[in-house]
Amino acid sequence: MKYTEDHEWLKTEGDVVVVGITAHASEQLGDVVFVELPEPGKAVSTGDEICVIESVKAASDIRAPLDGEIVAVNDAIVDNPGLVNEDPTGTAWFFKMKVADMSKLDGLMDEAAYNDLIG
Amino acid sequence: MADLKRTVLYDLHLELGAKMVPFAGYEMPVQYPMGVLKEHLHTRAQAGLFDVSHMGQILLTARSGRVEEAALALERLVPVDVAGLAEGRQRYALFTNDAGGILDDLMVANRGDHLFLVVNAACKEADFAHLTAGLPDCDLGMVTDRALLALQGPAAEAALARLVPDVVDMRFMDVAIRQWDTAELWISRSGYTGEDGFEISVPNAFAEAFARKLLAMEEVAPIGLGARDSLRLEAGMCLYGHDIDEGTTPVEGNLTWAIQKARRAGGARAGGFPGAARILKELADGPARRRVGLRPEGRAPMREGTEIFAGPEGGAPIGAVTSGGFGPSIEAPMAMAYLPADLAEGATVYGEVRGKRLPATIAPMPFQPTTYKR
Repeated sequence: MKYTEDHEWLKTEGDVVVVGITAHASEQLGDVVFVELPEPGKAVSTGDEICVIESVKAASDIRAPLDGEIVAVNDAIVDNPGLVNEDPTGTAWFFKMKVADMSKLDGLMDEAAYNDLIG
Repeated sequence: MADLKRTVLYDLHLELGAKMVPFAGYEMPVQYPMGVLKEHLHTRAQAGLFDVSHMGQILLTARSGRVEEAALALERLVPVDVAGLAEGRQRYALFTNDAGGILDDLMVANRGDHLFLVVNAACKEADFAHLTAGLPDCDLGMVTDRALLALQGPAAEAALARLVPDVVDMRFMDVAIRQWDTAELWISRSGYTGEDGFEISVPNAFAEAFARKLLAMEEVAPIGLGARDSLRLEAGMCLYGHDIDEGTTPVEGNLTWAIQKARRAGGARAGGFPGAARILKELADGPARRRVGLRPEGRAPMREGTEIFAGPEGGAPIGAVTSGGFGPSIEAPMAMAYLPADLAEGATVYGEVRGKRLPATIAPMPFQPTTYKR
């Protein structure tokens, strides 16, 4: 698993990368009540705001972690946003993307580095 | 969090794992480990205990010692029938300014020989100064040696009755003084959640022990300010500084129910409060805009500041959301907004969320039915 400073996790599954938010992020957000996901097929650039999460407290964005194309989204978290709090690193993945340059994954944090970040 | 005040229950909040945030000059629990959503649902299903000791508790006594005179004096500052408030009863009130705007909202109780007021934390010093200047014929006391707890929810009565058995005889908006241990409790059957429940003023020295007694009961959980806000919004209640303020009148704020007949045109004590000219005119002619409930379609919340439009495209905003969020009990987003008064319930308007106009229906409040014991 790889991590971004925006508290996303990335997991390689064959030739696609699965993206979600970390348990730390879901805890900080509080109870999630609304999720908006991009359309599959959408081309994205690193840093694009592509998902919206609203918790009982506030709205926040999820950014594209790398350049690429969205190939699938998880409608289960749109129907049941609470899943993001229950199982953030498992069934509550956000989207799957084809990454333009898989070698860019190496530049992201590993678990130890991410744990250092969140202290 | 320098310079922030703490309530007498501060250490208990930390022990319970609360996340503390600055609120109205105090360090207050916004949530406990249960989380805002579950705290909200717990309050509606069982009973929630809230520390609201930051709020102002004020005693108001006429120099003559007659409560009737204290009531008539207070009527100079509020468009409310205080003189008609029976002993042992409490009523919602508003301090207005000369322009008809709202300086604060409060509760007034008639306690036989004096009045007891509960005001908002952020306004309490200003309210006290306003009362002092406006009521030279009365003695005022800010109560600083008491905590204020709210116990809310369907199990609140049974829980409190284990400590103070005869609270079961109180009905909605009754106030009473009762003993617990050697402490004198000032109890009202009211709250800020839409549920049956109580607000209990407890001497500081007894507050923690009293709170612990309640929290030891299976149905009682500590509830933070986060859930307090979603509970009151579902109940259609105003948050001062957001849904009402110095720029909104009681009529615009849809609080005409708080202005009893005696203070309206033709009433026994019509007018005679700050801003009466404007407020009585708006009562007669209707206001240009009014606070309404909104039910956004879909699940996206429309938060405070969201601009509201008449149509899906173009045009200038016709109003804005003053409180908005997700209602855990109604399982849907909800909001309050000021909109032109000619828009009827059921009309569709559009809130601009992240650049997109999303439809919302003007809806009756409360969003969640209230369960007061009348």
